[in-house]
Amino acid sequence: MTDLPSDDQLTRSGLAPEGRGRVLLIACGALAREVLALIGRNGWDHLDLHCLPAILHNRPEKIAPAVEAAVQARGAGYDRVFVVYADCGTGGDLARTCERLGVGMVEGPHCYAFYEGVDAFAARGEVTSFYLTDFLVRQFDAFVWQPLGLDRHPDLRDMYFGNYETLVYQAQTDDEALTELARRHAERLGLEFERRATGYGELEGALARA
Amino acid sequence: MSDEDDIVLSELDDEELVAQMFDDLYDGLKDEIMEATEILLERGWQPYEVLTKALVGGMTIVGNDFRDGILFVPEVLLAANAMKGGMSILKPLLAETGAPRMGKMVIGTVKGDIHDIGKNLVAMMMEGAGFEIVDLGINNPVENYLEALEREQADILGMSALLTTTMPYMKVVIDTMKEKGIRDDYIVLVGGAPLNEEFGRAIGADAYCRDAAVAVETAKDFVARRHNQMAAG
Repeated sequence: MTDLPSDDQLTRSGLAPEGRGRVLLIACGALAREVLALIGRNGWDHLDLHCLPAILHNRPEKIAPAVEAAVQARGAGYDRVFVVYADCGTGGDLARTCERLGVGMVEGPHCYAFYEGVDAFAARGEVTSFYLTDFLVRQFDAFVWQPLGLDRHPDLRDMYFGNYETLVYQAQTDDEALTELARRHAERLGLEFERRATGYGELEGALARA
Repeated sequence: MSDEDDIVLSELDDEELVAQMFDDLYDGLKDEIMEATEILLERGWQPYEVLTKALVGGMTIVGNDFRDGILFVPEVLLAANAMKGGMSILKPLLAETGAPRMGKMVIGTVKGDIHDIGKNLVAMMMEGAGFEIVDLGINNPVENYLEALEREQADILGMSALLTTTMPYMKVVIDTMKEKGIRDDYIVLVGGAPLNEEFGRAIGADAYCRDAAVAVETAKDFVARRHNQMAAG
């Protein structure tokens, strides 16, 4: 099975496929660990994982073109391709691209929704919650603190987060140290903290259908 | 910077002081901007002059460099914060001295969305350009917009959204205005990171504004057209 690269590599470079398997998964690097865990747990040897740099999360307008390039560069030689992204802030661009390319993708607005269950997430209607997953807890500085300039200008914090109330940590795994780290991130942002055990949510079902 | 520390603002002549204010805005130095604003007022500058020549002039440079990818959001926020310091001194004086009024704008972030950085920047730059602003804040249902437009006898409605999941709500507002037969009574401007011109057209807005500077120019343009139409009619 694929060796998991570091979180920094998943953020900046992604993960190359092994070149084996009948179905190529093109996924966000933020999901690498979870997708590989599900492949291992279910014995899905027909799935081969290729991750794009997770930092695209911060530039959603670049996701659809990057996915299209990856499908064209890597898709040949596989029976089919499945895109392990939700809409992820692309405003429907990714769905239109996948439809045009004839490849499937995960349903829902973003990973926070499919981890929790798309309908359940929508039903909560949480407007003032800021979400982190396992990966984002570990990569908080790279995805939140530094891009917002809070490392240089911590006084800007309330301009960004003043309208939020709670940091919701959607936990894929049961990891005390990670929970503690998430709690510290909430403190840094001046938000209440809530841990919500989601496991892999609807990701597993989506991969089963890939 | 150490050389900056050596500059005594009150010793600069007007031209140098305005140039220094451009630099200080660019660097987000709120205290210096407030001090320089006071100095220009003491020298007899009209509040409107200080606003347009020094503050808006400086923020225009910041806006251009943001548009061109030279500055990023944190730096723009610091600059905006500095401008806000100057505005806090000028605002009460502007009302007293009869600065020109361009029109009135009701602005707010749409229902389900709590992001207001872009909306606040637009509101501030519109104010700087002489528009009266009624800021509804965040998470606004359609009723808030309609009630404020009528109550305030506004000319312009500005809606903002940061999320792809909330931006469709702008169409709900515009469709409701159409149903009530009031759509054409107002100029409707929309903005926010995930929007584009195509989206603005599709939902029936008058214009999509990609940043605060564009919002100001677009608003001025539409208001001028309206006045021309009224004069012709």
